[in-house]
Amino acid sequence: MGRYVARRLLLTIPVLIGASFLIFTMVYALPGDPIRALAGDRPVSPAVVAVLRERFHLDDPLPVQYWEYLKNLLSGDLGTDFRGRPVLDTIERTLPVTIKLTLVAVLFEAVIGLVAGVLAGIRRNGFFDNLVLVSTTVIVSIPILVLAFVAQLLFGLKLGWFPIAGTREGWFSYVLPGLVLASGSLAYVARLTRTSIAENMRADYVRTAKAKGLPPSRVIVRHTLRNSLIPVVTFIGADIGTLLGGAIVTETVFNLPGIGREVFDSVRAQEGAVVVGIVTLMVFFFIFFNLVVDVLYAVLDPRIRYD
Amino acid sequence: MTDQQQADLRHDEVAAGTTTGLASPSVDATDDRQNSLWSDAWGSLRRNALFWVGAVLTVLLIAMALFPGVFARGVDPRACDLANSKARPSADHWFGYDVQGCDYLSNVVYGARNSLIIGVFAVAVVLVLGVVVGALAGYFGGFTDGILSRIADIFYALPLILGALVLLRVGPSTDLPIISDRGPGAVALALALFGWMTAMRLVRSQVIAVKSSDYVAAARAMGASNSRILLRHILPNAVAPVLVYTTITIGVLIAAEATLTYLGVGLQRPAISWGLQIAAGQDSIRSAPHLVLFPSIVLTLTVMAFIMMGDALRDALDPRQRA
Repeated sequence: MGRYVARRLLLTIPVLIGASFLIFTMVYALPGDPIRALAGDRPVSPAVVAVLRERFHLDDPLPVQYWEYLKNLLSGDLGTDFRGRPVLDTIERTLPVTIKLTLVAVLFEAVIGLVAGVLAGIRRNGFFDNLVLVSTTVIVSIPILVLAFVAQLLFGLKLGWFPIAGTREGWFSYVLPGLVLASGSLAYVARLTRTSIAENMRADYVRTAKAKGLPPSRVIVRHTLRNSLIPVVTFIGADIGTLLGGAIVTETVFNLPGIGREVFDSVRAQEGAVVVGIVTLMVFFFIFFNLVVDVLYAVLDPRIRYD
Repeated sequence: MTDQQQADLRHDEVAAGTTTGLASPSVDATDDRQNSLWSDAWGSLRRNALFWVGAVLTVLLIAMALFPGVFARGVDPRACDLANSKARPSADHWFGYDVQGCDYLSNVVYGARNSLIIGVFAVAVVLVLGVVVGALAGYFGGFTDGILSRIADIFYALPLILGALVLLRVGPSTDLPIISDRGPGAVALALALFGWMTAMRLVRSQVIAVKSSDYVAAARAMGASNSRILLRHILPNAVAPVLVYTTITIGVLIAAEATLTYLGVGLQRPAISWGLQIAAGQDSIRSAPHLVLFPSIVLTLTVMAFIMMGDALRDALDPRQRA
């Protein structure tokens, strides 16, 4: 087990470096001259331009620039944007918003997805099962972009139940964007639970439990659900990593100042350092949660042994 | 069971008003003609309502992309009159007018072509990349697999929208072919470049599963070359899951295109695209919600059509799920 985790950790290093180099390469081929863009219409003296280019290593070849970046990264320095603000400060300011949004989304995903999945799975081909099948197909098909606008129109403007932009109302402001962000995964969790439950309902140990005369609720909760939850828990775990990095559209439409919107604004404003810093962080989250899930698998299911 | 016994049993069943299933077994081992996976799948597809909904929607969309004039009732999407700005839907103009006073129905109809072209082109590139890289990695294993799988991991760790967003933002200033021209080709290529990994993993795992089978060993013993084993024996087995994946992915990529265009890096004006329409309609979501609503509905139906067909295909092609 320990050796497996160590090997997986080592394997994540080339992926992390590769992904950040990929994004670094794309970002530093960004169009235009960022120094000129910063200065706008005002003339800039060549000396100032030279100093700034020197400070941001803009004239070095790409691998050298990346090596400089990597060295700083390892000492905890993500660099500064063109206004001199440390990228780390920007992340500290925006990350809590994204974490809150992810928490709300995961909560919706787990609760609604599990309940719908269990109810559908225990009576396969029943009315509720078909309802869940059809509604998950519809939900999966609605692009997040569209869902966000529909939610804003319906629950925000027409009914006035929820705020549609900003974070002024605390956790309450995260309800609508959280639900929108969770929608796809929620449908997937429902389907996964349904399939898993329906499969396990036919298992021998469930038949034994029934034959022993256990009440149906105990058979479902203690025997079927516990075993069916393994793939669901691991999906939700991995999904946390995806949600932390996948909220660009939701955060932009709902005007939440999280890392997703920050990275989008930075791509548009050619703030290379911010883009590379945040994307590297997103990739780290993604890899980290996938690793956690793989280890969790072995903990939850004793049949699985690594090494 | 002889024919006579079977006929007797059938007669008894009719008399008793019940069936044992023995009189007409679904699989008769003595029958020479066996159903192939595909004819079985077609049999189950035909009875699937979701498949037909998806198929009819897809045919409608393709017709809309090929002959937009018919669906737009002959109205030119670029013939605009500012006096009609943001006019609500009416009997003559079902979708109303946009901010510029152009007929919205015809604009939404003309948007289908770009979406479909990008979806199909992107999925084609995804397939080529996925099948080639996946087959190489799975078949040769070892070092080749290690390198190719790590490359896939790297791309997999970057969210699709984010990767494509950065590439398309950079694109115009580079001298890369296709990527630099900001057209449908650039969007499709950017989506494919950050979306090929699942197809690769799918093909890779299928190839690994089939590689160790007896008939591959037999083919190798008879002296078949690597390429012949890959093309004739291994890849045909990967067709079914890849087909399911492809169908669903067209829908997913069409949604991603609309998102990128909405974010301002996809198609640019004066192109006609649902993403652009949603972005423009966003500003008047309070005064004219129909501007966001209509392209959104058509976009959703498009994505849904492909996902429904893909779901139905998966059910039909996976015998384990059959009751």
